[in-house]
Order: sequence, then C-alpha cells, then structure tokens
Amino acid sequence: MGFPHKPHARETVVLSKYFGDADARTYKGWVKRGGYEMLAQALTMEPAKLIDVVKESGLRGRGGAGFPTGLKWSFMPKEKKKPHYLCVNADESEPGTFKDREIMRWTPHALLEGSAIAAHAIQAEVVYIYIRGEFTEPWTFMDRALAEASAAKVFGPIKIYLHRGAGAYICGEETALMNSIEGKRGNPRIKPPFPAAAGVFGMPTTINNVETLAAVPHILKQGAAWYKGMSLSSPKSTGTKLFSVCGHVQKAGNYEVTMGFPLKDLLYELCGGMRPGRTLKACIPGGSSVPILNREETESCLLDYEGVVEKGSMLGSGGVIVFDDSTDMVYQIMRLARFYAHESCAQCTQCREGTAWTTKILERILAGQGKMADLDLLLDLSENMTGKTICVLSDSCAAPVVSGIKRFKNEFEDYIAGRRRPVIMA
Amino acid sequence: MSVTAHPTPAGTEAYEPVFTGPTLEQLGEIIARYPTKQAALLPALWMVQRARGWISDRNMAEVAEVLGLTPAYVKGVVTFYTMYHQHPVGKHFVQVCTTSPCNICGAEAVTKAFLETTGAKELGATSPDGKRTVIEVECLGACGFATPVLVDDDFIESVTPDKVPELVRKYK
Ligand SMILES: Cc1cc2nc3c(=O)[nH]c(=O)nc-3n(C[C@H](O)[C@H](O)[C@H](O)COP(=O)(O)O)c2cc1C
Ligand code: SF4
Ligand code: FES
Repeated sequence: MGFPHKPHARETVVLSKYFGDADARTYKGWVKRGGYEMLAQALTMEPAKLIDVVKESGLRGRGGAGFPTGLKWSFMPKEKKKPHYLCVNADESEPGTFKDREIMRWTPHALLEGSAIAAHAIQAEVVYIYIRGEFTEPWTFMDRALAEASAAKVFGPIKIYLHRGAGAYICGEETALMNSIEGKRGNPRIKPPFPAAAGVFGMPTTINNVETLAAVPHILKQGAAWYKGMSLSSPKSTGTKLFSVCGHVQKAGNYEVTMGFPLKDLLYELCGGMRPGRTLKACIPGGSSVPILNREETESCLLDYEGVVEKGSMLGSGGVIVFDDSTDMVYQIMRLARFYAHESCAQCTQCREGTAWTTKILERILAGQGKMADLDLLLDLSENMTGKTICVLSDSCAAPVVSGIKRFKNEFEDYIAGRRRPVIMA
Repeated sequence: MSVTAHPTPAGTEAYEPVFTGPTLEQLGEIIARYPTKQAALLPALWMVQRARGWISDRNMAEVAEVLGLTPAYVKGVVTFYTMYHQHPVGKHFVQVCTTSPCNICGAEAVTKAFLETTGAKELGATSPDGKRTVIEVECLGACGFATPVLVDDDFIESVTPDKVPELVRKYK
C-alpha cells in the first residue's frame, strides 16, 4: 500500500498488504495470516525443485541489478562439499530507497520466512541478515520476530543471525557486505571469484535483497504462473515491485504496483501529483545511482527493467526521486556527487579521485567560479570513472552528472556565465 | 592474526575492561555465530560504544586482545565505519540527513535549527553544556519521511525546523 497513506485502488498489494498492521509483526499474528506454511512445505521439498519454481516465476533481484533470482541460486554447488551461506542485504542506503525498512518494520516474519526458504534452496545452514546500523527500529522488530520464530522452531536446521552495520553505504555492495560480516573494512572484492564459488568466509554464498526474499513465500503459495502473470509490459519483468517515492510529490511513500506500471500514473494519481502551482522538472527512477530523466521521459516511462532502460535510465532499487520546477539541478547533482565522494571506499584511483574532483568542480561552479570548459572536464572525468573500477560506485557518481549535464546544461551554463547568483561560498 | 596485543598502551591510569562477567559471556555467544572470532569485531565494537559512549585506543586494544587481533587492525576497521565514535561526543548524538531527497524537502533548515537551538557552534561540535552533538549524515533510508533525524537510537521521522526546539527539550 502507499504507506504511510491508504492503499490506492490501482496498487497490487502483495508485499505491502500488512504495512501499518502491528498484529502482523508478531509470530502469532503472522501464523494467523497463513505465515510459515510455505516454509514448512519448502523444507520438505527438493532444493532443485524450489529453484525451478523461482526460475519459472521470473523473479529478479530487487536490490538494484535485477539479476534473475532462480538463476543466481542455481549457481550454488549442487553437491555440497563445504558450508553454504545466505547473506541478506538489508543495508538499504541508496538515496531515494526506503522499502526494505518498511518490510522489516511491518512484516519481519515475511523476510525471515523467505530467507529460510532461500537457505533451504541453496543448501545453506546459516543466514546472516546484514542490517544497516542506522536502522534501529527495523532491527528491534527483526530481533523480536527472530526470537519468537526461533522459539517456535520453524526454521528446521537453519540458523538465522542479525548482523549490524556501522555506517557505510558501500557495505550494500555484496562483497563489501561479506567483508564487513567477516570483521573487516567494507572494501568490495575483485570478482571473480563470484560469491557462489567463494563468498563470505570463502565459502559458497548467495546474497539477496530483502524485497527479493520477501516475495518468495508468495510465489510458492500462489504459484510461479501467478507471479509471472503479473506483468503489464515486458514479459522479462514480472511480479509486483515496491516503489519508494520521495521528494516533491504530495504523498511520498511506498507504492506497490505490477511491473510495467506507468510512472506518470504513479506520480500524478497514486502520489497525488506535484505541490500546488508546481510542475515536474526531473525524476530519478531507480535510486540515486541511475541517470536522471527529464519531464517528457518521466511521463512516458513504464516501470519495469526494460521500460526504464528504454528512456535512458535504470529501474535500480525502485527509489523514485521527484524534482519539481523549483529545483536547482546543479546543486542537487553536487549533493549526489558529494554523497559518492563521502561513501567511496577509496580503493580505486578513478573512484577515489574522480568522486572528489567531480564534487569540487561542481562546488566551484555553484560558487560562481566555473568555466565553460568545466563541463567537458566533468564529462571527461565521468567517462574515466565508468566501467573501470572494482565496483560500480564510481559509475553511480558519474550517472547523475552525465545525465544532468545532458538534460539540464542551461542550468550549469547560467552559473558559469554569471546569470545565476552563486549559492555557495568558494 | 594471533598476535597478542599489549593490554594497556598509552596512559597510566588503571583501565577498567569492558568485557567482563555478563558482557564477556554475551560476546562469547556472538562469537559462536561465526566460523571466525574476527567476525565478532563489529558487534564487539558496538558493545564497547554502548558501554562507554565512544571507542578509545585502549578500548580498541582490549577488543584486539579478546578477539585475537592487533590494535592496529582494530583501529583500521573502526576508522572505516562512520558510526563508531573515536572521540567523546555529547550526551545526545543528533544525526540529520541532508542528502538530495531530504535536501529538496528542507533538510538544511532542520540542521540549522538544531545548531541554533543546541548552541553547538558547527557541525560535529558539541554544545557548550556538553549535552548534544549535531552532525549531518548521508541518506538514512527513510527519504519519504523527510527529514529523518536519528537521536541516539531513536529514529524520528518528518522533522521540520519548528519541531526542533521540542525535540531538543526532550533529549536533555
Ligand atoms: C555501491 C553499491 C551499493 C549497494 N547497496 C545495496 C543495498 O543497500 N541493498 C541491496 O539490496 N543491494 C545493494 N547493492 C546491490 C548488491 O551488490 C547486490 O546486487 C544485491 O544485494 C543482490 O540482491 P538481489 O539479487 O536480490 O537484488 C549495492 C551495490 C553497489 C555496487
Ligand atoms: S569503485 Fe569506489 S567504492 Fe567501489 S571498490 Fe573502487 S574505490 Fe571502492
Ligand atoms: S535522503 Fe534523507 S533519508 Fe534518504
């Protein structure tokens, strides 16, 4: 539902059905709602069969990359020679994204159930749920739910532990997350080896996002065909997706719609449109790491993996950031660059230097000391930051810069030419 | 990594260890969750911070000793993560999100209100009465509830400048 607002008739409420319903948080309440039935069933199934069902459903990872979940699970060794692990990515730190928080706050058992099913499918005996350090409230509810469900012995031989992060966006990157669990600095690892071969503690590991795993019990219950049938546009994007909408809309919140839903309708109908007297200027459809769309692109965009790519951006994590005509795009792009500069783990030169210089040049422009050549310099820097580093944080910094200069060049030029007053001090 | 740390580096005062009695037991339970002792490092650092408010060099040496690591290694990890305090902070620690989505909804005015109301001179500084430290942080993962503020372990949604004085009074 459009939490914290009432559900909208055009939502397809699956994962968010119990958002706002405190009884669903308790073990008893969850069982009353049919919870843990699918886990009991899954534990009696052949792992390969479970993987087939998830493959058939078309479920793709909701953490950002959209990798097919069943396929990812199938990369784990079939014949188990070493311990297997499941890591759950609850680090949710991508600006614009706040859906996993709601899943953990309202339906912690949905995540626990989905995680245990996934663990069985990949033959893992241990699950680590990595929750960002700032998520004190989700932690409390997850901790309580885990204690209750463990006492009821629903997980069979599977052990689930919560692991608290300590403030580092980069720990959402899968191999950085594994290093962080191991008690190390959260530096991403060079791949290969991929986690299915050597993940956490050097053992075969699968890592999935919270929303991905929360969908799994529903797929088992209602069938792969049901899930696959939920698709309004591209058949490669199936099921429902939670979109976190924030910024300049009347009703910010989490909205659950079927894949392929028009972005325009999400913004103007479900979210109540712009503030009075304001018009849409730009939108980042998939969390801050994806390119910015202009108004026309936004209003003609269909929300699925393929639809957003067609408009020049990516679905990412489903964090929709809305900017109206009052927005200073140059300033906001600088804020995003500053975010990446702050969060770079500093292993790769292109990223460490590139994010810092990008921020510096943008600040210089905002201080009224930019030169026209700075725009080419920024594009040049961005090119050197794309596709050349250990992880894609570097590319993520370049995305808003390149797309921003392409679509809102006049705003940069206004600062440089002195048509706009500087907004920061040199 | 089985180098024994010197238990009491710099400083001559007696050091009161964090990990004794029930705390040590609790750490033992946490260690048992992982195949390596090292993996209990982040949880151990959280335990220190909860007990002492921040993590000193001597605390790091103790953690190193307990987990069979070196103090330098522990420091390397502590400095990577922004939520571990390497210096004492005010009685209440206020973290305001100012990343772009919150920024366009007025987060900078919220930070300003916190600085003015608490009397903390600048970001990262503690108010003269030692009660409150105010910092800006990057996205808190609650962008639809702009502006979220984390005061100690309390996550507060939808803070606006007019609500700041009341909040400051609440955390005295
Ligand atoms: C810099 C960076 C940050 C990331 N942050 C997150 C995050 O906070 N949560 C998340 O689920 N995935 C995040 N990812 C994606 C993960 O690396 C990984 O692809 C994902 O957790 C896999 O789960 P899925 O297949 O279920 O989507 C991040 C990736 C990068 C490069
Ligand atoms: S791209 Fe940036 S964040 Fe990623 S590994 Fe390299 S330096 Fe670290
Ligand atoms: S940008 Fe402020 S919580 Fe995400």
